[in-house]
Amino acid sequence: MPRADFDRDIRRARDELLLMGSMVEKAIARSLDALRNRDLALAEAVIRDDDVIDDKHVELEEFCIDLIATQQPMASDLRTLVTALHLGVELERMGDYAEGIAKISLMMGDEAPLKPLIDIPRMAQKASEMVRRSLDAFVARDVDEARAVRRDDDEVDALYEQVYHELLTYMLSDPRVIRRATHLLWAAHNIERIADRATNIAEHVVYMVTGERKYKEGGARG
Amino acid sequence: MNRNAPPPAAAPPLAAPMPDAPNAPDIAAAAARAEDAALRARALNVRYGDFLAVRDIDMDIKRHEVTALIGPSGCGKSTLLRCFNRMNDLIPAARVSGRVFFEGFDLYAPDVDPTEIRSRIGMVFQRPNPFPKSIYDNVAFGLRINGYTGDMEEAVEKSLRQAALWDEVKDRLNDSALELSGGQQQRLCIARAIAVQPEIVLMDEPASALDPIATLAVEELIRELKRQYTIVIVTHNMQQAARVSDDTAFLMVDERRAGYLVEFADTHQIFTNPSDERTEAYITGRFS
Repeated sequence: MPRADFDRDIRRARDELLLMGSMVEKAIARSLDALRNRDLALAEAVIRDDDVIDDKHVELEEFCIDLIATQQPMASDLRTLVTALHLGVELERMGDYAEGIAKISLMMGDEAPLKPLIDIPRMAQKASEMVRRSLDAFVARDVDEARAVRRDDDEVDALYEQVYHELLTYMLSDPRVIRRATHLLWAAHNIERIADRATNIAEHVVYMVTGERKYKEGGARG
Repeated sequence: MNRNAPPPAAAPPLAAPMPDAPNAPDIAAAAARAEDAALRARALNVRYGDFLAVRDIDMDIKRHEVTALIGPSGCGKSTLLRCFNRMNDLIPAARVSGRVFFEGFDLYAPDVDPTEIRSRIGMVFQRPNPFPKSIYDNVAFGLRINGYTGDMEEAVEKSLRQAALWDEVKDRLNDSALELSGGQQQRLCIARAIAVQPEIVLMDEPASALDPIATLAVEELIRELKRQYTIVIVTHNMQQAARVSDDTAFLMVDERRAGYLVEFADTHQIFTNPSDERTEAYITGRFS
């Protein structure tokens, strides 16, 4: 094969990206555990470990840039590497959202819990699943799976809406809980953004496979 | 612009569609496309003796655009290029069948003078081939042969300016062209080709003998020239095709070693998302 090295390098970029993906999934899960169990030490660890994700992102980006410069990829190779660069950005930002949730835990400190957490962990689980499935779609170059991830985002949005209204009700009935409710709302918002980023990954996968940039069903770009 | 607006009353339809003709829109679309085409090849075949070098080429070269021909060695891209100004006539065993339309007439019709064709469809070759004459005489050569009666100095300057060479040679127009660097010589050959005001310029790997800096100068020149000329370029450098061309044609060889057209599309499409698997395999280097 005239391009064995290049094929190996593309596989390596993909593997690095998956590694980064698993680090992000772990960060999301741990930030939620810290929030639920009021585990400040764990929250601090999540914040610290985000630097490792950031380093991984830089490393991946440099690797892809070198490949583009030296191999001058075309067609599906070009789309794959451009997609890997985009995915790196999306995952890095998801890591920041997990770090944000950990910071909220620290802000909450030892204040009494407003309510038992039910919908927020469900949102987080759903969002985390979306991350994993979008990366699976990337590896399998599976457009159908990518489109399914986009549809799942609606569920996360619905849950967010529910959490928002519930917290609003708490705040209206007792203004003294506004501070605690706002903390939870921020956490929910971060999870909602993680799901949006997973949707972006799914859209990049559709582009990588088909070359088409019609992101939204129905044709409009968003 | 409102796409549904009726055409202006002053413009009669190019082909009056029959009310019930199922292919009426096709006819209208084809007529509209033909308007944009500087060259149209139809069922074009080239043989060298018994050997079929290029077969079944149908393509429209758009006016004022750069069209790149790419493909593996021996796929007939240079042979095809030479069909466009009857350069193959100069190869004794070469026979061309099919048609190439230029401005509505068939280049290969019996009453066509190939020399006149070559003054209207110029060519630049792989290796710079200046005549062993002065810089000035190289550019003036074609004009003199054509009996040009205008201001020769002005015409030479204009061509050298268009070829982005004027500033480098204006103080030494009487020096031998052979004293120029390779990149300068190639731009001189481009100046010579455009001096006679052709409509189309054919370029056969015009930068393959040049260093990277000279290559970039020639590529910049190609982009500049397309405002005034239609350009067809053969290149084995895919990045170059991607950089300079608007449309790209990909040719391959079949099992009998005859070249044929695989895919002809917008350059962006070819290099980011080709529709044919063979194009994808070639431009990603999965076969060579």
